[in-house]
Amino acid sequence: MKRFLWPLAAFIALVVFLGVGLRLNPREVPSPLIGKPVPAFQLTQLLDADKTISDRDMAGQVWLLNVWASWCVSCRQEHPILVEFAKANVVPIIGLNYKDGRQDGADWLAKFGNPYRVSAFDSAGRVGIDFGVYGVPETFVIDKHGVIRYKQIGPITPEVITDKLLPLIKELNRA
Amino acid sequence: MHKSILHKLISYTLLPCLLLILSAMPVHAKEAPNVSADPVLEKHVMAIAEELRCLVCQNQTIADSHADLAIDLRNQVREKLAQGMSDRDVIDFMVQRYGDFVLYRPPVKATTWLLWFGPFLFLVGGIFFLGLKLKRRARDLPVVTLSEAEKTRVTALLASTTESKDKT
Repeated sequence: MKRFLWPLAAFIALVVFLGVGLRLNPREVPSPLIGKPVPAFQLTQLLDADKTISDRDMAGQVWLLNVWASWCVSCRQEHPILVEFAKANVVPIIGLNYKDGRQDGADWLAKFGNPYRVSAFDSAGRVGIDFGVYGVPETFVIDKHGVIRYKQIGPITPEVITDKLLPLIKELNRA
Repeated sequence: MHKSILHKLISYTLLPCLLLILSAMPVHAKEAPNVSADPVLEKHVMAIAEELRCLVCQNQTIADSHADLAIDLRNQVREKLAQGMSDRDVIDFMVQRYGDFVLYRPPVKATTWLLWFGPFLFLVGGIFFLGLKLKRRARDLPVVTLSEAEKTRVTALLASTTESKDKT
C-alpha cells in the first residue's frame, strides 16, 4: 500500500498544476507599462479632424483610456456598460479609436452612444503599439501624474467596474 | 447505385472542399504586405521577426503570422531598422511595450530560472532516485539458503545436464 503513496502524491501534484494551468487565461499578458508613465501621444480627434488630443491634455486628473474600434466584436459587448458608467461621471473616459475608419467610428458612436469625452483617431495603430495593445478592447487607468496604474484586457464587465475600477479610481483621486 | 455514391461523394466532400479552397484564395491574395524593395533589409527584418511572438496568435512568431498586429509590428521593425536602430534597440522597443512575453526565447533571469533549469533539476532528481532505488534493491535481495537435500539435488541435476551435453 505504502509503495503507491509516492506515485499517488506525484500524480495529485501534477493534476493540481495542470488544473491551475487550465484556469489561467493565456490571453492576459501582464503589461510592462503598469507603473510607467503613459506613452506620449498626439492625435486628431475622431469627431473633429481639426482638433487634437494629447496625453498632456489629461494631466492632473485620473482618467481612463479605452481602446476600441467599430470592427471589434467585444467592444459591442462592453459598450452599453461603458455608456452607463460614463453617465455616472466618476472619471473622464478618453477613447482610442484603433485602426478604424473615421466615418466607421463616428457612425458606430452615433448608433450605439458615445461614452467618451473625446476619442483619439489612431488609424495607423501607432499609438496602439506604444500602449502595447494586442487585443481590443483594452482599458488603461491613468493617475494624476500620468502613470498607468491598471490595464484591463478584454471587455469591461459590471464586475470589473465595481471590483477593480471604482476602488482604484477612488484611491487615486484621494492621493 | 454506383452513380449515386459518386454523386454523393462529389456533393458532400469534393464540392465543399473546392468551395473552401476557392473562398480561401482571395484572402491569401490580399495578404501581400508592404515589403521593402531592399532584399537585405527584408532578410534582416524577417530575422528579427522570427524572434518576436505574435500576441494575437500566441504560438506563432510575427514572421509567420498573418494577423494584422503581426503585419504592423513587422512594419515597425522595418521602419526602425531603416532608421538605423540596432537589433538590440528594436527588440528592446518591443519588450518595453509588450513585455518579455513578446520574446520567443525567454531571457534567463531570476523569474525564469525554474523554466530554464527546471528540466535539469528533474533529471538530477530522477538519477538520484534511481540510484537510491537500485542500491536499496541490491541490499534487500533475499539471501536464499538451500537445505542439504536441495543441495544434493542441485548437484545431481547439474551433473546430469553436463552428462547429456557430453553425450551429444
